[in-house]
Amino acid sequence: MDPKAFRPPARVTIVAGKGGVGKTTVSAALAYLAAASGFRVLIVEVEGKSGLPTLFDRPDALSYEEAVMLEPGRAGPGSAELRARTLTPDDALVEYLEDRGMRRISRRLSSTGTLDVIATAVPGIKDILVLGKVKQIENQIAAGAAGAPDCIVVDAPAAGHAVSFLSSAYGLMEAAAVGPIRAQAADVVAMLSDPDRCQVMLVTLPEETPVNEAVDTAFHLEDRAGVKLSPIVVNGLWPRLDLPAAAPADLPQGRLSDAERAAVEGAADFRRRRQAVQEEQLARLAEALPLSQLRLPYLFTTELGLEEVRALAGELAQQLAGVSG
Amino acid sequence: MSGAAEPPSGSQALAGLAGSRRVVICAGPGGVGKTTCAAAIALEGARLGRRACVVTIDPAKRLADALGLESLTNDAHRVAIGTRGGPGGSLDALMLDTKTTFDEVVRRNAASEEQAQAILDNKLYRNISGALGGTQEYMAMEKLYELHSRRDYDLVVVDTPPTRHALDFLDAPNRLLRFLNNRIFRLLMAPTRAGLRAIGMATQMFLRTLSKVVGGAVVTDTVAFFTAFEGMEQGFRDRAAKVEALLADADTAFVVVSSPRRDAVVEAIFFADRLRESSSRVEALVVNRMFPSFGPVPPALAAAAPGSPELAALATNLEDFDRVATREEAHVEQLADRLPGTPIVRVPFLSSDVHDLDGLDEVGGWLFGRGARSGPPG
Repeated sequence: MDPKAFRPPARVTIVAGKGGVGKTTVSAALAYLAAASGFRVLIVEVEGKSGLPTLFDRPDALSYEEAVMLEPGRAGPGSAELRARTLTPDDALVEYLEDRGMRRISRRLSSTGTLDVIATAVPGIKDILVLGKVKQIENQIAAGAAGAPDCIVVDAPAAGHAVSFLSSAYGLMEAAAVGPIRAQAADVVAMLSDPDRCQVMLVTLPEETPVNEAVDTAFHLEDRAGVKLSPIVVNGLWPRLDLPAAAPADLPQGRLSDAERAAVEGAADFRRRRQAVQEEQLARLAEALPLSQLRLPYLFTTELGLEEVRALAGELAQQLAGVSG
Repeated sequence: MSGAAEPPSGSQALAGLAGSRRVVICAGPGGVGKTTCAAAIALEGARLGRRACVVTIDPAKRLADALGLESLTNDAHRVAIGTRGGPGGSLDALMLDTKTTFDEVVRRNAASEEQAQAILDNKLYRNISGALGGTQEYMAMEKLYELHSRRDYDLVVVDTPPTRHALDFLDAPNRLLRFLNNRIFRLLMAPTRAGLRAIGMATQMFLRTLSKVVGGAVVTDTVAFFTAFEGMEQGFRDRAAKVEALLADADTAFVVVSSPRRDAVVEAIFFADRLRESSSRVEALVVNRMFPSFGPVPPALAAAAPGSPELAALATNLEDFDRVATREEAHVEQLADRLPGTPIVRVPFLSSDVHDLDGLDEVGGWLFGRGARSGPPG
């Protein structure tokens, strides 16, 4: 892997996918790769609940303040700093109001549930507040502001929600003829529709339901959000093993008992069926979606940490080099 | 590590719930197979000769097809289960339509047809079912209560919505009530009352700004909604109390569906603790999608592996399975430790998605301890 060859495809990459497909893991791996390649990167988490710090072997939960996940040099010589923060709609509204001199009331609004009323009266306003804030950071990047990162990775809400999340700006532009919300929405639309500024990376699994959902999401995003899709990540692929149909009973170093042979063959059989399902779903995905596929291996563990993130970043680097090369 | 930690009664306990309780609620994080488990438990009820109904929320398309649910159907309809049903047993299914359910609630609580219509026509109201978090959960509980009190069923199984947090549905009624009682807008709609002074400068400024930011029409609609709603909160509050009582009833069982991963286990433990606070408890725990375990690599195979690519592949494969199975088992043990006395049922990772009744039979076979397959052949 030569991480130096990697360049983030856009200033903002939004990682989206159905719950449980490994969105957060892919966000972490992509951010790791950017940092290893010398780009200062900020991961933005929008649901207020994330296993992100664990992926960098950090114990503390994320907060609205940026926290360092990787110090400079931690991801190899010349690597840059990686930070992460949350950006929930409640946070974004409070900041929006504070910026307009309403500090005192802003805190009370979230605690009394008034935000719920506003968000219900104006669907999409939460999303536009969050995306507006992302856009603000993106503007700082473009302006080379002090303390700004070089790129942003957004760990988006679960798919389904991702479509409404990203199409909210268009909806609000139609609904609100004038005013600050319309201006905000117009700015967000401008960002989403410029592939140098923003791209969406979809994540899925090589299983039937996740593939269906990824295909639906991809078409909806292109139709309704006008956003450019980067290659799609197929996560959790079992590395292919060429397994013989049967296990011999007699081996040079001894005999396998019937039970041992049954276990060896049962495991092989399971793996072969699994591999067949994967191949079928990868083919189905390729047929339904004209996007390059980035394939990440299943790591045969139930806990992921920095070591695994590094391995996945390496895989991404290799495959991205192939895609863009 | 041995399998001794599993209470031998896990499957029987679950079958007991399907056979004797009137309400079973399947809760757990998203993506762990809650809907499938809910459908399998209801099918088991039918098998045991009960009139069962499963309330599903956003099922995967093929499972919905298997249950004959092509679209949202707020009225339950019969599922053709062939010879699976026991004597007198039947299975109905419905896919929750949040919006229609909410409309029914409004009509029921309104003092007059005019009041109901004023609310149903209100712009803010029409956004609620799509935009207000917790509404789907609340309506699921509402539907459950309605089905339960009609007494057409011996067993109602509810699948809970995929939420960020499994706890959200326990808090949903309060969240909706808080919404309906929002103080700022309630004060605003009655400016001539004594409450005027209590609004305060900051609130007035906020409302003026809100008008500027989101438009005066939005504020007008919002005020109209709260005005139209006047007098209905008590109905909602009473119903929420009844639903809460039903959830705490001895005839209601909570089943937590989880997966053997760290985050899902943490969430399951958290959920069980929270349930205990509301004086309910988790009566069975389903750990779904467990990796099959084939044991460690036999020494003879390990020794021979370096000499042959084929044998090496077989050994690597076994190692892969064993590594994951061992870790998963450790997560399940952690669950067992934290929820002592709660029966645990393990369901293996199945090689394909459940998309028909045979698939449900297979899951049911694991849930209720009949082995992998129990449906009629063919």
